[in-house]
Amino acid sequence: MINDPNSTIAADLSITIDGQSTTFSEGETIYEISKRLQKDIPTLCYDDRLDAFGGCRLCVVEVEGIRNPVASCTTQASDGMVVKTAPPKIEKMRKTLLELVASENRQVDVDPLRGLASQELSTLVNKYGARSGRFAGAKSGTTNLQDANPFILRDYEQCISCYRCVRVCAEQEGDYAITVANRGFDTQITTEFNNDLRDSDCTFCGQCVQTCPTGALADKKALRSEELPEEIKKTRTVCPYCAVGCSIDLMTKGDKIVGAQPAMEGPANKGALCIKGQFTYDFIQHEDRLKKPLIKQADGSFKEVEWDEALKAAAKGFADARAKYGRHSIYGIASGRAPHEAAYSMQKFIRAGFGTHHIDNCSRA
Amino acid sequence: MSNPLKDMDKPDTIFAIGTNMTECHPVAATGLKKALTKGAKLVVADPRKTRLAELAHLHLPIRVGSDVALLLAMAHVIVREGLTDQEFISDRCAEYEAFETHLKEFTPDWASGICEVPAADIEQAALWYGKAKLGAIYYTLGITEHICGVDNVQSLCNLALLTGNLGKEGTGINPMRGQNNIQGAGDCGAVPANYPGFQPIVNPEFQEKFKEAYQQPDLDLGNSMTKVTALNMCGQEKNGIHAMIIDGENTLVTDPDKNHCEKALKALDHLVVIDIFLTETAQMADIVLPASAWGETDGVQANTERRVQRLRAAVPSHGESKPDWWIISGIAKELGIPGFEFDSAKDVFNELCSLSPIYKGLNWDNIGDGNYQWPVPEEGHPGTPILHQDEFKDGKPGLFKIIGYRDPAEVIDDDYPVWLTTGRRLQAYHTRTQTGRASGIDYLLSEETLEVHPDDLAAWDIADGSLIKMASRRGEIELKVEATTRSPRGTVFTSFSFAETNVNILTGSGYDPITQTAELKVCPVRIKPV
Repeated sequence: MINDPNSTIAADLSITIDGQSTTFSEGETIYEISKRLQKDIPTLCYDDRLDAFGGCRLCVVEVEGIRNPVASCTTQASDGMVVKTAPPKIEKMRKTLLELVASENRQVDVDPLRGLASQELSTLVNKYGARSGRFAGAKSGTTNLQDANPFILRDYEQCISCYRCVRVCAEQEGDYAITVANRGFDTQITTEFNNDLRDSDCTFCGQCVQTCPTGALADKKALRSEELPEEIKKTRTVCPYCAVGCSIDLMTKGDKIVGAQPAMEGPANKGALCIKGQFTYDFIQHEDRLKKPLIKQADGSFKEVEWDEALKAAAKGFADARAKYGRHSIYGIASGRAPHEAAYSMQKFIRAGFGTHHIDNCSRA
Repeated sequence: MSNPLKDMDKPDTIFAIGTNMTECHPVAATGLKKALTKGAKLVVADPRKTRLAELAHLHLPIRVGSDVALLLAMAHVIVREGLTDQEFISDRCAEYEAFETHLKEFTPDWASGICEVPAADIEQAALWYGKAKLGAIYYTLGITEHICGVDNVQSLCNLALLTGNLGKEGTGINPMRGQNNIQGAGDCGAVPANYPGFQPIVNPEFQEKFKEAYQQPDLDLGNSMTKVTALNMCGQEKNGIHAMIIDGENTLVTDPDKNHCEKALKALDHLVVIDIFLTETAQMADIVLPASAWGETDGVQANTERRVQRLRAAVPSHGESKPDWWIISGIAKELGIPGFEFDSAKDVFNELCSLSPIYKGLNWDNIGDGNYQWPVPEEGHPGTPILHQDEFKDGKPGLFKIIGYRDPAEVIDDDYPVWLTTGRRLQAYHTRTQTGRASGIDYLLSEETLEVHPDDLAAWDIADGSLIKMASRRGEIELKVEATTRSPRGTVFTSFSFAETNVNILTGSGYDPITQTAELKVCPVRIKPV
């Protein structure tokens, strides 16, 4: 756990990182302590919700007294350790590694609509100037375009075998829908019996998409808006479905909602979402949405009217009922789907307006 | 929930009853799955073999509506085996002796006859929960949507009180609420029995408080009416309901006994519906007012763990739609009701906080992205992630409740020989007014089916995938069958998500006498090929 204010740091364990001395608690890795010190160690296979994996080797650091560089994400700190996170030799190694990784992929630059972590590779390649093309060689992974599911693009020519997707599905979701087949250049992320995701244990929660550092797994639904020219804007809000209350970022281009991404800091979900929060935001821009107030005509059809007329007619019906049958003849039902302000206003409308408690919500359904 | 979501991986023993969590609260279920990888024991009581039941160390496929019998027998075993937390009981509870005496006759053998599961399994479930260091209970509507919903919940409370599994990290009684802001609707006072902040309307002190706050001298003391009663009273000559305003609820599809509901709404002189779509319910209205949707409005909602969180507008309101609070305020102002001069959602929320003791320490600007779980009794208070830590509400003792088993409102017989139970599916939300309009969902879930055990289909001579007629005492629907061992023999399941196969035409056999929650989980039916 990184930056956990509750973890007790034993005063007698200390480590020196880039000349800076600090204490740590038993079990902490060099990477975790370095991150606490705001060291910018590059990673591609790391997701702090998952067990450290040590696959990408980008997080290697130099430890005094150890001949070879060690992976900081899987190496636990020990007392008196002296670590250098970015000496020139290590930085050169990282650049070479990134050149190798980049050479495996069809493209390094992908649209950010692909997923939350999709820019990680291109960001590092840029930072390390690793676009040399020195290793134009074999490529791994075969893109699966046969899987016709409308949510998850399986563009494995972009896969760098970090296994974050497989690990998030197992460790975070407990679903074990995908796995790794073969090794080396033949590595392929696949499902049981190589089925389509629909025929696997996949629940389409989208977590694999959002943790993928290259956009190999991508949000197909969001990519439909790839061509829209506007910048992507993100708005932090909470999912509108069940009462877990997962924090999400709604992505918009101009006035169009183009996608949703989980908020890693969300207090209720810590970056997790389900299919509903991840992929079903677009109802709000459906053509069936009501645009104007409607008043029913004598023939049973609805006529669009202006707000002023609609509010007056709505009020008149309640005034008439009160005059004819008394104040207890009016009832209000609030929504368990709308925000507090809706429910509060509705109960106030009934209590302040008619002095009754003829108010309820949909919890009895 | 008495305990926070983030602690769901902490219990060593989990008792999940009437909760299809992997489908209805999938993100919460990931917490339970993590607890399992850490070695926790999971007991699931559910008539169906849900995904959660598949993950369980022990699945009790109890007969629909038999929960009280199971829970009585579990309490019996816990007491018999001396697994009670005597310190917790003597320090914090009352009426234990009467409860202990009451339990004597409710043996696992007795419960086995009602629940239709082996007595040994009931015994095992009780032993595991009773021996837990940190035992947590999770439940959903499988517990509450019964004529004995309150009895079910109180029976679960009895188990937690017996074992002291309350007020500590990794324990608790944790209802998983259904809708995003159903907790909030209650918090805001949109319930008959309470003002905002659960201040009872029968208390003259609160009557005075709100007479003044709402400038309403004729505010009733008590005299509340639930929605269920209100629908019964629509158009009635004496004490009838004649005008109604419904915000964001597709009453006609979600509520039990659709035909009754339709008659009720038709009997009104005046029906105003606020919604984002022309739902089946909105079509019955005299006036339909278009609301801004989620994603278009700023606001606040409270989740199942009482966490108060900000919603933010990402795009402008569609067409001329307006926020619900603006619409309701507009009608109120036309009627000359004072106190609706709100300029923003912030104004409305801050007024709520000023009148609600559990929100007193909150305001629009300090809630951030969900920093607090109520109660937050004053500013600077850290909030209350775990309830009941040192004492129960208002310092009162935790009362053991004497509860007896009752049959469901309707039981199977020669005319209606099959149990129907209803629920939800992962890819659909309620009546699909929203998820049904999200692109791609049809690829995974395009129609509703009736889940039937293959042995039952064979016995009834019905082919898998064929169309059947299913009838209850209230109506009949047609839908396709799907052979699956998720359903136990003799019990069938479908969701209420598809209006085309509206199962709520059949439901509505009875209501809990206290909450008036409908028994949507139990409905005897008969099934015939078409």
